[in-house]
Amino acid sequence: MSKSLIYSVSFHVLMIILTAISLPFMKRSPIDLPPIVSVELIQISDKTNIPYAPKVRKIIDKKIKEEKRVVSEQAPPSAKAKEKPDRIPMPEDSDKEKKLVKKKQNPEEIKPQIRQSSEFEKKELIDTNQIAALIDKAKEEEAVKNKSTNKLTQSSVKNSFATGLTLSEEDALRAQIFGCWSIPLGLPYDDNLLVRIKLELKKDGTIIKSEILDHERMNKPSQKFYKILAESALRAVRLCQPLKVPPTGYEKWKNIQLNFDPTEMLKG
Amino acid sequence: MRKIALIILLKLFYISNAYGLIEVDITRGNLDPLPIAVSPLHVDIKSDKFEGLKVKSLGSDISSVIEKNFKSTGLFNPLKKDAFVQKPDIAHIKPRFEDWRLIKAQALVTGKILVKDSKLKVEFRLWDLTASKEMIALAFTTTPSNWRRVAHIISDKIYERLTGENGYFDTRIIYVSEEGPKDQRVKKLAIMDQDGANTKYLTLGNELVLTPRFNPTNQMVTYLSYFRNLPRVYLLDIETGSQEVVGNFPGMTFAPRFSPDGKKIIMSFAQDGNSDIYTMDLETRVVERITEHSAIDTSPSYSPDGKYICFNSDRSGLQQIYVMKSDGSNVKRITFGKGIYGTPVWSPRGDLIAFTKVRKGRFYIGVMRSDGTGERLLTENFYQEAPSWSPNGRVLVFYRETKSGPKGEGFTAKLWSIDITGYNERKISTETDASDPSWSSLLTK
Repeated sequence: MSKSLIYSVSFHVLMIILTAISLPFMKRSPIDLPPIVSVELIQISDKTNIPYAPKVRKIIDKKIKEEKRVVSEQAPPSAKAKEKPDRIPMPEDSDKEKKLVKKKQNPEEIKPQIRQSSEFEKKELIDTNQIAALIDKAKEEEAVKNKSTNKLTQSSVKNSFATGLTLSEEDALRAQIFGCWSIPLGLPYDDNLLVRIKLELKKDGTIIKSEILDHERMNKPSQKFYKILAESALRAVRLCQPLKVPPTGYEKWKNIQLNFDPTEMLKG
Repeated sequence: MRKIALIILLKLFYISNAYGLIEVDITRGNLDPLPIAVSPLHVDIKSDKFEGLKVKSLGSDISSVIEKNFKSTGLFNPLKKDAFVQKPDIAHIKPRFEDWRLIKAQALVTGKILVKDSKLKVEFRLWDLTASKEMIALAFTTTPSNWRRVAHIISDKIYERLTGENGYFDTRIIYVSEEGPKDQRVKKLAIMDQDGANTKYLTLGNELVLTPRFNPTNQMVTYLSYFRNLPRVYLLDIETGSQEVVGNFPGMTFAPRFSPDGKKIIMSFAQDGNSDIYTMDLETRVVERITEHSAIDTSPSYSPDGKYICFNSDRSGLQQIYVMKSDGSNVKRITFGKGIYGTPVWSPRGDLIAFTKVRKGRFYIGVMRSDGTGERLLTENFYQEAPSWSPNGRVLVFYRETKSGPKGEGFTAKLWSIDITGYNERKISTETDASDPSWSSLLTK
């Protein structure tokens, strides 16, 4: 009797222990901490561009080198100009003669610069800030700043040379124009209403010139809607200016084409 | 030869040196109404007085009507006059664009009026403020009492220039004016400008009138009234006021409408509990039967080219919309949705059909393509029906009955308009209660 009782008790105790071990709520699982993943935040701007094919890349690199040469060739004239005054000071020379010499030299100094200057340099000469600086001394600083950024542009061109805008740059520009463009709601959505506008921009994003690429469609009586849409697109870019352009790489975006297509919006 | 070779070489160098043009696709924009400034029209100091008109305030009266028209479209946002910096006379000659841009206007309307020898001479200009250039300049002469129409014509021209579509402001709406309690309702034919001004009553209200429709020249109206206690289709000349019963039908005729060329009237004729669609040539008085079916066929409406007719019929059990050729052949059901469909009206553009739909006790005004696809319900209410198109096919006018008392007793019927996008629902102010509207075509073409 007592034997069987002992068996029974020990069996039950065994069962309870087994249950306690196997039941999940009894078991305290250790806190499962997810492994620490280190994340490095990087600018993807420069990486989102699709690189050119190797062949094209070679041609581009060649062009960069040529560009480099053109830029470096600009240095001698200004250096000469600096040297000349050093050579001139002679104890016998009067002040008047000095001035005369300088006057003669000046045009010579500028001319070779104009001839040799690259596209960037030409732009600088027409830079309104510089003209303004000539009138207003206070603007000089700004002009100098612009010049320095321009130099930066020339060097940074090498990094993203001949590639389009990066995704984030393109998105910023697109988002800006979305806000300015009031789509004429009366347009038929089944027509081909793509309006392509080519813009020439200043470095600050203001528009120098805007041109509608399919200009002949503007004056066709059957293309009444096209004209309306083109005008609304032009209004949008003018309203938006200065456009949100990247601070660098002026050469790649100074000419830009915007394709306005309202089909999606009109279809709703 | 050398020169040419050199030029080619230089060109090649230039091309290879060029950067690839960056293209950015702009596929979205905002749908905000265009901010527009309507400067009061300058009244020339040489203007004479004109009986019954305040010539001095005529300039600002005309600009107010233009503003109201623009506001009602939902496409324009007329700016408040308090913000205007430049005076109307100078603005009309050469606006200071910067001043107008400052108040965020994108377009500007200026003008000048002169009342001389009982004639009103009007000049107006529309300016694109972002491009700093004139977009349109027009002048015309009319009688001074026509000044409201002048405002509507200017509105139409500007609307057309800015949207690419024809305007719909120089138009009229004919409707049934209603007065009195529901069991003793007095119904008269009334006509007004599309903005609710210049209401005139065409009938005295002795007989019940329903469903008036304009002909394409806006001179004639066809409608339903009672003749010897039977509902019959009538024809009314708006200029002369003469009326006649259309055709010599032995039973009742109803739901009349003109054909797009205005030469025929299409309507329903009911006999022995069955109604079919008939046309009657207004010149020859020849009657032609278009449908022949045991079901009720009614509410016919021509397509703008006159080749097709849409109508509603209960031949499938429930009332649905059908389209057939204008000779009655090739009948095709185009609605298959839940609920019943009625009052189909073909858009003047030809692309859409407007209709009334009833489902679960609610009334909807909607549009769909002429093949029945792309159904869009624009507005929903307790009771509303009878859509009619604006002449440019962009806006619908219809009537809606609502409970007027605080406890739901009594009702009022009013005209409403809605854009085909489903936005911009507006009540049109009428002197009395109103139902069954019909929009005219443009008065000046």
